[in-house]
Amino acid sequence: MDLKTITYIVVGATFVLYIALAWIARAGSTGEFYVAGKGIHPIANGMATAADWMSAASFISMAGLIAFQGYDASAYVMGWTGGFVLLALLLAPYLRKFGKFTVPEFVGDRFYSQTARIVAVICLLVISITYVIGQMRGVGIAFSRFLEVPIHIGLLAGMVIVFFYAVLGGMKGITYTQIAQYVVMIFAYTVPAIFISLQLTGHFLPQTGLGGTLNDGSDQYLLHALDKVLVDLGFAAYSELKGSMLNMFLLAMALMIGTAGLPHVIVRFFTVPRVHDARRSAGWTLLFMAALYTTAPAVGAMAIYNLIKTVQPGEVGSAEGNLAMEDRPDWMRTWENTGLLKFEDKNNDGRIQYYNDRNPEFAAKAEEEFGWQGNEMTVDRDIMVLANPEIANLPNWVIALVAAGGIAAALSTAAGLLLAISSAISHDLLKGVFMPQISEKRELLAGRLAMVGAILLAGYFGLNPPGFAAEVVALAFGLAAASLFPTLMMGIFSKTINNKGAVAGMIAGLVTTLLYIFTYKGWFFIPGTNMLPDNPDGWIFGISPGSFGPIGALFNFVVAYVVSKATTPPPAHIQQMVEDVRIPRAY
Amino acid sequence: MQQTDNSREAYWKANLRLITFCLVIWFVVSFGFGILLAPVLNNISIGGYPLGFWFAQQGSIFTFVALIFYYAWRMNTIDRQFDVHEE
Repeated sequence: MDLKTITYIVVGATFVLYIALAWIARAGSTGEFYVAGKGIHPIANGMATAADWMSAASFISMAGLIAFQGYDASAYVMGWTGGFVLLALLLAPYLRKFGKFTVPEFVGDRFYSQTARIVAVICLLVISITYVIGQMRGVGIAFSRFLEVPIHIGLLAGMVIVFFYAVLGGMKGITYTQIAQYVVMIFAYTVPAIFISLQLTGHFLPQTGLGGTLNDGSDQYLLHALDKVLVDLGFAAYSELKGSMLNMFLLAMALMIGTAGLPHVIVRFFTVPRVHDARRSAGWTLLFMAALYTTAPAVGAMAIYNLIKTVQPGEVGSAEGNLAMEDRPDWMRTWENTGLLKFEDKNNDGRIQYYNDRNPEFAAKAEEEFGWQGNEMTVDRDIMVLANPEIANLPNWVIALVAAGGIAAALSTAAGLLLAISSAISHDLLKGVFMPQISEKRELLAGRLAMVGAILLAGYFGLNPPGFAAEVVALAFGLAAASLFPTLMMGIFSKTINNKGAVAGMIAGLVTTLLYIFTYKGWFFIPGTNMLPDNPDGWIFGISPGSFGPIGALFNFVVAYVVSKATTPPPAHIQQMVEDVRIPRAY
Repeated sequence: MQQTDNSREAYWKANLRLITFCLVIWFVVSFGFGILLAPVLNNISIGGYPLGFWFAQQGSIFTFVALIFYYAWRMNTIDRQFDVHEE
């Protein structure tokens, strides 16, 4: 059977599974639609949350990011996992005890202010919509690469599937499909990783393989060999810091508090039966995530090592040291067709040279001594995961599985985001602000309609991505870190922060973060309108726009505290509410 | 059944102590060992891993998982001790 047929069968089978689960778990009430009736087992919720969190970016792009940045990319690895410690210790149990349906609802009640609730809704919508566009795009790309259909067909297929289980099943349907998606995703990620680790180092576990010795008889450690070959080619060593330490520190912090402040993740902890379950469930989530996040660094290092050794099998600078153009393996030819891998024989020697031609010293030496005229290979980082099974010569069903895994990663995150968007509209805006008298049945209908609207919007932008699509991810994390996380935390850990303080704090965090991002990325991301150049020399103290979150959060905390001090303290019943949120048992 | 303010306060203090303890470890393994001290720790190796690099890409994640389970387990005990547990 050819690859395409197998891929259709595997991806088709997963879709049938998702729809069947959604039909079994369809929602009948608003409680089931928003929070799955609060009846999800903590381990099941952990698995669903892991799938919810791990997006197309985690699945497809992260290993490639690590491959090309080496140690510096650790900020992403730690940032995207460490946030769950904050979530488990500082937010999830208390918000679960509060026992309502959405994150803005807590903000509105705790700070006894519709304004606070609306500001929280705006933050939620900006964060979730920017995020979901990327996911829908991810579905389209995964389809088009593996099934060779145009992006819009793939996107449409993804929209129909999401429509089915998210609109029908709400949180309940999403939870069960996310569990299935987690299994597909983790299997698709770890199987190729295990094979590559076995081939390269003889270790079954990629986690130990990364620290192991190479299988090629040289008895060298993989990381040492990788450091050496990179340095030989004019790059910086893989395992050492290349950028600024302060920026790496702040980036990891921004991603951690951003992660803890993302509403579609927080709301998953509303679905478990008890406060104790919310604490435990976060542990399960991270355990399930760790399976992917500790494998990714191994995939990244092994993939880049394989790639370089394929192109540069011999001594650097020796006449026969580089791969001859006509000898390149089949997988390279396959991926050239997608445009993700490109060769250009600049010095017309019929061989491929991959090296750092932006290192002036090395480039000069290479030109003088080796006759190299510039780097001849450009690689899209997504290849590191997508082409892995082919590089390792794995059977076709594994390649098909990676396709299904990529689609599962994008769909599961999209569904969680769509739910956060629709519940903010139907529950916070409609029921909470504009139509308090609305019946449960009509609210449920409104939730489903809002979901349909969100799917259409995400689909539209997925098809016509705004030029700044990649830039806005920094915005989503920055906003979550600077606006929602500090506000939620103060709502629980302080009894003195009042309505005015919270609103002023949220706006301060929001505005400072936006200003910093716009300064470097252009006003509203319009190219050319940036006030300072977006590079390490232009950044204040070397802080990149994506790392600004913690500083925005600091503004939020300080402003909220100062304004609350200067105005009337919260009324007694609000202080009582904070007391109750802190105690697991209901009185 | 209304609980006395004193015991509520003691419960909250016990929780804050535990949170602080866990967050110190959280900070030390990731920002400490993984970033600030990584250049120094990289002089030590476990197998082929420079130690700082290992904390940044592996060790901190394992510690995070253990921390959350530890917190959940300890809080469960504290809940019972102060008689505020569920059911």
